[in-house]
Amino acid sequence: MNQDIHEYLAAFDDIPGTRVFTAKRARQGYHLNQFAMSLMKAENRERWKADERKYLEDWPMTSEQKEAILARDYNRCLDLGGNVYFLAKVFSTDGLSFAEAVSTMTDMTFPEYRDMMNKGGRAPEGNRSIKGGY
Amino acid sequence: MARITAGVASSHVPLLGVAVDQGKTGDDYFGPIFKGYEWTKAWEKAQKPDVVILVYNDHASAFDMKVIPTFAIGCGERYKSADEGWGPRPVPDVEGHADLAWHIAQCLILDEFDMTIINEMDVDHGLTVPLSMMFGTPDAWPCKVVPLAVNVVTYPPPSGNRCWALGEAIARAVASFPEDLNVQIWGTGGMSHQLQGPRAGLLNREWDNKFLDLLVGDTDAARHIPHIEYLRETGSEGIEMVMWLIMRGALGKATKCLHRHYHIPCSNTAIGHIVLEPVE
Repeated sequence: MNQDIHEYLAAFDDIPGTRVFTAKRARQGYHLNQFAMSLMKAENRERWKADERKYLEDWPMTSEQKEAILARDYNRCLDLGGNVYFLAKVFSTDGLSFAEAVSTMTDMTFPEYRDMMNKGGRAPEGNRSIKGGY
Repeated sequence: MARITAGVASSHVPLLGVAVDQGKTGDDYFGPIFKGYEWTKAWEKAQKPDVVILVYNDHASAFDMKVIPTFAIGCGERYKSADEGWGPRPVPDVEGHADLAWHIAQCLILDEFDMTIINEMDVDHGLTVPLSMMFGTPDAWPCKVVPLAVNVVTYPPPSGNRCWALGEAIARAVASFPEDLNVQIWGTGGMSHQLQGPRAGLLNREWDNKFLDLLVGDTDAARHIPHIEYLRETGSEGIEMVMWLIMRGALGKATKCLHRHYHIPCSNTAIGHIVLEPVE
């Protein structure tokens, strides 16, 4: 079962609309994810809600990462190394359900997304491979 | 001697915990999901397992990015429900089985699985939702639990083959524990779901059901499914299904299916549930 790490990782770029949380992303997003993790504590949530921009001053994140978080641009957060289970601490603090927060990363409104899920979800056909188109 | 008498697999969607905690399990949305667990609830009452080895993943609750263990075993006496950002779930504390857990940890390490040992941690929905699905809302959980946490968040997670082999090693470890214990092993997470990016919401009924088929009988084909197939076919979070293979590996050469349930959707996720018995 030995696998070449380069081939293993390269295949991930062929999946449409998906950012696999690789070591590269984990390194890039380390402080972004650790910031999000800090919102697990009630007292930190209070400080965050009182002044989001000021709260971020304590974290060595890039300015792009800070702006993406403040804008709740979750696709941008993923591009900058965020992971959804960590970002969930941010949208939970906002009072958003997982489904609603996830819908903001698609091209659908939340009611449209919910409707798609209730009808069986997004079909795998055409969504498996960019190069293969299947 | 201790013995593994059954394997259970189930999704662990956090919204299921919310439904239990808010008494919504019979409504139009959740009713069809919970109905598929009624058989198992009654069966568990009759089985009375002493211990459940509960394979799950932590969702940025006990572990953050500071430490990422691939396989970690809870050897503590007790675990509390984690605050995942909206307060801890109002469920009983989870009682560990430190004697069995340490025994398994030692055996696994001698068996060349280099486990991380956890003495203190909180447990999140990945562990408490399956307990609620199988046992309902008791004042205390009816059995002890050995938590077994798997990294399925930061790539690469362990291969399906390694997970299956870990299950086999767990079965050997349990069989050498001198106390007479009825032990079940549960694999949790999945089935198809993607919680991120423009492809979010992907579900794959056909693939999921093929995977369920592969857990039954004497085939071991599922241990060779590569990560890329889970990613393409079942969404970025479908990879959690490798944890089901630890359960399947622990049941030995062949299994019999006692109960099976599949429902789409619960929030972003396809719900799958299966109860298996080892066939000697």
